[in-house]
Amino acid sequence: MMSDLATFLAAALIVAGAAFSCLAALGVLRFPDVYTRLHAASKAGLLGLGLIFLAIAVSSGDPWIALRAIAGAVFLFLTSPLAAHLLANAALKTGIPPVSNTNNLGLPPS
Amino acid sequence: MSAPEFMQYACWLAYALLGVAVAFTIIRLAAGPTLADRILCLDTVSLLAASGIGVFALESSIYAYVDLSIAIALTGCLSTAAFARYLLSRKLGANS
Repeated sequence: MMSDLATFLAAALIVAGAAFSCLAALGVLRFPDVYTRLHAASKAGLLGLGLIFLAIAVSSGDPWIALRAIAGAVFLFLTSPLAAHLLANAALKTGIPPVSNTNNLGLPPS
Repeated sequence: MSAPEFMQYACWLAYALLGVAVAFTIIRLAAGPTLADRILCLDTVSLLAASGIGVFALESSIYAYVDLSIAIALTGCLSTAAFARYLLSRKLGANS
């Protein structure tokens, strides 16, 4: 009975995670410039993968596998925003323009 | 509906959603006007591949795939950082 409950919870979590990944890809397709696309890809995509790792941790029933999945999610939540920040920094410094109705970036013109 | 059957349908739905997501990302990868867009698309594709492998680990109950999923996701993050450094060192303009 308990393992049935865990299986239903894991099924709901993987569908939610895949839906968040699909919304992230829709944002990558539809948003107007690279900075807004980074918002969609880094936040929603990371949340989708995090939910799938959480589903593995719930459903496996083995504490070591659950610990591994959660440690993977934590490492991912540490490194992926770093990569997104580096990419946004590089895009800004190489002069890729933001969409035209962006107001003050707070940076001197380079 | 029994629990394994429900899990099977949930995995099929997740594969369908992830496939649509990869299709969206590849359209942007082909159309993206700048190199930064394409680097972002590669990062998103690696995250989606890690998600798909995670769903397969749940579907098949072979939990060794969890390690593979974590490795692909971390390699994707590192490769994005490396591509960003490359973009900075090449000083590419807006239309390239």
